[in-house]
Order: sequence, then structure tokens, then C-alpha cells
Amino acid sequence: MAPKAKSVKPPGSTIGAKPSKMKGRPKIRDDDDMTEIGDLGDDSYVHGKTLVKPDDQLDLSEVELKEEFTRILTANNPHAPQNIVRFNFKERTYKQTSSVEQIAIHFALDGNMLHKDSDEARRQRAKAGMGESKSEAALSEAGEEEGGEGEDGEKEEVVEAPPPKKESLRNQFNFSERASQTFNNPYRERGTATEPPPRANFSSTANQWEIYDAYYEDLQKQEKAKDKTKQIPTYRKEDDKTKKKLVAMETASDDISRVTRAAKIVERMVNQNTFDDIAQDFSYFEDASDEFRDQEGTLLPLWKFSYDKAKRLAVTSICWNPKYFDMFVVGHGSYDFTKQGRGMLLFYTLKNPSHPEYIYSTESGVMCLDIHPIYQYLVCVGFYDGSVGVFNTQEKRPGPVYKSTAKSGKHTDPVWQVKWQKDDLDNNLNLYSVSSDGRVVSWTLVKDELIYADVIKLTVDDLPTEGPDGTQLQLLGCGTSFDFHKKIDYLFLVGTEEGKIHKCSKAYSSQFLDTIDAHHMAVDAVRWNPFHPDIFISCSADWTVKIWDHNYGNQAMFTFDLNSAVGDVAWAPFSSTVFAAVTADGKVHVFDLNINKYEALCEQSVVQKKKTKLTHIEFNPRHMIICVGDERGYVTSLKLSPNLRKVPKKKKGEENVGIDHEIEIAKLDKILSLVREPDNKEKK
Amino acid sequence: MSEVEETIKRIQSHKGVLGIIVVNSEGIPILTSLDNSTTVQYAGLIHQLTMKARSTVRDIDPQNDLTFLRLRSKKHEIMVAPDKEYLLIVIQNPSE
Repeated sequence: MAPKAKSVKPPGSTIGAKPSKMKGRPKIRDDDDMTEIGDLGDDSYVHGKTLVKPDDQLDLSEVELKEEFTRILTANNPHAPQNIVRFNFKERTYKQTSSVEQIAIHFALDGNMLHKDSDEARRQRAKAGMGESKSEAALSEAGEEEGGEGEDGEKEEVVEAPPPKKESLRNQFNFSERASQTFNNPYRERGTATEPPPRANFSSTANQWEIYDAYYEDLQKQEKAKDKTKQIPTYRKEDDKTKKKLVAMETASDDISRVTRAAKIVERMVNQNTFDDIAQDFSYFEDASDEFRDQEGTLLPLWKFSYDKAKRLAVTSICWNPKYFDMFVVGHGSYDFTKQGRGMLLFYTLKNPSHPEYIYSTESGVMCLDIHPIYQYLVCVGFYDGSVGVFNTQEKRPGPVYKSTAKSGKHTDPVWQVKWQKDDLDNNLNLYSVSSDGRVVSWTLVKDELIYADVIKLTVDDLPTEGPDGTQLQLLGCGTSFDFHKKIDYLFLVGTEEGKIHKCSKAYSSQFLDTIDAHHMAVDAVRWNPFHPDIFISCSADWTVKIWDHNYGNQAMFTFDLNSAVGDVAWAPFSSTVFAAVTADGKVHVFDLNINKYEALCEQSVVQKKKTKLTHIEFNPRHMIICVGDERGYVTSLKLSPNLRKVPKKKKGEENVGIDHEIEIAKLDKILSLVREPDNKEKK
Repeated sequence: MSEVEETIKRIQSHKGVLGIIVVNSEGIPILTSLDNSTTVQYAGLIHQLTMKARSTVRDIDPQNDLTFLRLRSKKHEIMVAPDKEYLLIVIQNPSE
């Protein structure tokens, strides 16, 4: 029955309350109601309207009874809350949900019905049995009903076994997902910081030369290893010692000393800059005026060498190094008998004119020196006190390596000339010296000693003279210079203070081969011609320079008067006819017999003060320069002008050949022949 | 040791020489006769130049090596002599 709006007296007003059917019959005034009641029961209607009034019914007046009360029926659930508020995470506020569920469930019952085609139903049917006679439809209906009951898995009798289908393995039970969240432990960070390792920047390049260097080092090591393995079988006894020696010792020397080489180079560079014009002159300057002056030449002064401590000492000897053509050795001493003091030995190089390379200080004056032709570091020196010394520049000793003493047979007078000779049979070094005491002595360097051997004594007369007490005395002349023949080993010349030149042989110790009365005063220098085997030159304090042929000893081939005492004379190494002489008036005279047989091509004063005596002169073996020493301790280098150094023109194909000896000899022979013929005639 | 010191003193007192610097293989000056700032400048720059020059020479022929380097400018001349571990720089005024 549809609820209708009724005007009823409600005991209490409830919101949206449905009008409840009263159990008792209400007071009906509407006709409609009367008819309804009439349907229900006739018995009660017959009696007429007899109103049954419950006891607890309210007594209301008629006016109150007519009052109309409105009741609204809604479909809202009165028990559902109306103002549910939920937290909205998006807006982070509490928000009222607009619609709330209004369903009120009065009764719920879980049913047991299964769909006939569901898996569970099929399983149950399969369990119940197979091939029953009842119809499928009826069976399925019955099965449905009973299947609903038999949810627990009761056996169905009437169920046909469904055709066996593939049954996928599945959980028999309901699969339900279940998850749980564990509590996440809070994270904690922990760190330690260590000290950073020390860093260094490294950069390198891989160039061609670095690779080359690395390979080279490797090669060196390999070679050393090979040497070691080779040495081990041969030196078995000295294994330990040699191995220790082979270990490379890294010299932990002071920092600054490592710069030695560089410092030397820089010093030379600085000097080159300072003396730049001189260096240029040395290399390139050629006196152009020589073309106009046929028979004259000039000497161009180049560097001047001097050393502080040697300024008071005269230059007593000069020698060029036979191997390193820019080096020369200067000996300092004193010619003055009264002023005898110390001496010096200085090694200079043209590359560094301001300071000598090596400096040796000696106790007595150096009178002469010679550099060994093969071992250029060995220099033999003759002293004023008569001793002979050998210096070794490779060793860093301040003094001579060998020195002759009074015991070992040193001279009793100053040594005027020393010369190296060829090694003797035992390969010991050999040198000769001549001195005023009249002896020519040969010294042999044996291990640590100088062993002497008298070669010859310079006797004055053949007959011994009588001394004061009747004893026979052999007067000895004073040797002042000597020279060995270039080709004939045993032949040598000795010049004496008496003015004689003796031709001697190493083999004959008592007799001279020949004696020439050369000069009126002491013979200062005697030298063989470097090319011609027969010719030698001598100079003396008697103002003359004489050229001799040793086959014709009675007369000089050439005689030159130089107006002053001649200190030294030297042949040029590039020509057989060129020689130079220095005099006490400070002049240098250069002769070329090829050009002018009677006069010097050049007479030049090379020192500032005219009173300076020039003491020595030497030609450089390679370059066209000469070195002149004077008594003040200066060494001046001079360049020969082109006229002074004429060499015979070489044929085109022979440019590279050195000085042709034969041509030189022939040249000199030609000159001599002009001079000689009259001599021969005289002899005859 | 004193020989080298003597040589360096001689160079310093030579005519026209303005200064001398010894630099080690890393470009740090060891010995100098000039003031600090100039020294440091010279040492750094010339060291690099020398390395480059040496590299050039050796690249062309690895058996070759740089002997010395001259740098002539309007005012003076810088001469550098390289060694295995050291570098010697001398500044000279050649026209003096």
C-alpha cells in the first residue's frame, strides 16, 4: 500500500518519518477510508462505526484534531551522517564530502548459488558422477539449485560430468592479494674524509728526440750488460773489485760545479762579443792593399794575451798545440840573471783572450817548453834552476807530475830547450833537454820517475885543458838551443853560446858529426826546415839570421842582417821559403825567399813601447797567424797578410791535397841552386 | 767548485756584461746577479725558449743537440748556454 499523506496526530515528530501503520484502527472521517475499511471486514462494519479508543491515546480537541501536519517522505537514510568531512591530501584541508551514501542495509544473506558454467560448478558436477539418464536442462536446473546448496562440495548425483576441459592450474581458493608495509628505518648518512694524497703535475712530450734518447740509454745499458758478461769469464779473480768499480757512481757534487761547461762556453761567447771585430778580422780580413804592393806584406794585430800575475815575467817560450789549433802554451820566466824568481805556465785559447784556460805557477822561471805531439795534455818544461818537469793538464795537480831533482841528474845550469821525442822501445815517453852546463840529456818517463841519460857533452876543444891542480878538465860549451831533424831520427843540431852549431847523432855520445862556426855570439835558435831535409836556419844575438845547408857546412846559404839582436826565428809551416824573425827592437821580420832573397817582405813593430824586446815567435800550424812574445809578458797574435803567405798554386784536381812537400822542396831547391853554384865554384 | 765561481765572477766583471743567471732544469733560478723580479722573468721566459729551441734542433736530427743560443736585440744580447741540468744566461751589451 502506497503511503499517503495523512493528517494524523503523531505522538512525536520525526524527520522524514514514514507514516507508520497503526495497529489500531484509526478514526476515519474520510470516505475513502471508510470504503477501504469496508473491504476488509464485513463483520466489523455491520456493527457500524464503533470506534475503539486505546487507553493511552491522546485526548485532543476537535480544533487540534483538524490541525494539519505535513509529513515529507524522502528517500534519505535517516541514519546516514550528513556532514562527513574527509582530509583532502591534495589541498591539505578537511573537506566536506558532498554526497554520502544513503543505503541502509536492513538484511543481508549470502547465497549459495553458483552459475552452472562456472568452474566450481563444473568441478562439482565432475565429482558427482557421469552419464545419468535425466535431461540436461532439468539436471542443470536441479543442479543449480542443489549446486547452490552444495557450495561446500557435496556430491551431486544428478550432475553429468562435464566434458573434461583443460584445467589451468590455479589456486583452488580465492586468490586475494595481500600486502603489508613494513616500517622503513630512517636512513643515516655516515662519511669520513681523508687527507688528499699529495699531488704533483706531470707533463711530458713525446718527441722524436726523446724517443731516440730513450733508445740510446737502453742501448747503453745493454752494452754495459754485455761488457759485464764478457768480463766476468776473463777476470775471475778480480770479480768483486771490478764489479764494484763498474757500478756507476752518481757524483753528488755541489750544484754550482755542474755548470762548468756551460760557464766556459758562455765566457767564450762573452769574449767573442767583446772582441767581435778581432774575431771577424781573424777569420775574414784580408789586406786589400797587398795587391798593389808586390813585395810587401803587413801583419794585422789580433788579440793580445796577458795575465795579471805574469806581467812582470818575460815570455820565454811559446808552443802551439798540434791538435787543437786554437790553443797554445806560454812559458814565463826571466832572462835576467839577477832578477830570478818564480815562473808561470799558461795555457791560452784564441777563443778566450781575456783569461788563460790553465794556470800553473812554478818556483823557478820557465825557460822552455814543448807539447807532446801525440799526447797533447803532456807538456815538458825546462826551468831556470836546471830541472826538467812534465805537466799533465788532465790531472788537476798544481805542479808538475814529474820533476827532475839534483839526485836524478838535473842540469846545473838553466835548461834552454826541451823537446819530446818518439817513445822508446818500452813505450815510455822520451824527452831531450839542452842546457848551459854543456850536456844534452835524454829523459825517460818510467812510471813515476824521470830517468836521465846523457846523450852528449858539448866539449869545446878536443884536447882537455889543464885545471888549476893539474887534473884534466873537459871544458864544456853552453848549449842554448837544439833541434831534431824531421825525418832522420838520430840527427840533431845544437847551438852553443860560443856561436857554434854542432851536428850530432844520438848514437855517438862523444863526438860531433860536424861543427859549424855559425855566429859570433850565442846562437839563440836553430831550426830545421819543415820541408827541405838539408836546410836549417839559425839566429843569434850578433844581429844575423843565417840559412845553412848541412851538406855545405862552411858557409851559410843566406845571411840576413836585422840591425838588432835576433831573439827567435821560425819557419812557416805552409811554405818552405817563408820564415819570420823577432828582434830586440820590437820588430817582426817576415821573409819569403821565393819573392825576395835579400830583404824582408815585412818589417813591422808590434809592441807599443820600442824598448820591449821580442823574445819568441811561433807560427800557428793551421791558421795564418803568428804569436809573438815579449819581455813584458804579453803575447800578441798577428795575422799574415796575403803577400806573406803565398803558396804555389795547386792544380784544379788537387785542391784538397795538403801542402805538397815536393813542390815546396823543389821551390827551395831552385832558390838554393842559384846561390849554391857560386859556392861550388868557390870550393873548387 | 771555486774554479766555476771564479769563471762566473770573471764573466760578471767582463766589459759590457749586465747580468748572469743560472737556472736549473725546472726553470727556477739558482744564482743571479740581477734583481728578483727581472731574474724570475728572464728565467721563466728564456727557459721555455731554450726548451723549444733544443726540441727543434733535436727533432730534425736526434743525434744533434743545442750548443748555445744567442738572442741579439737592439739594446743588448742575451746568450744562453744549455747544459744537461742547468742553463746559463748572460746578458751583455756588446757595443759598449
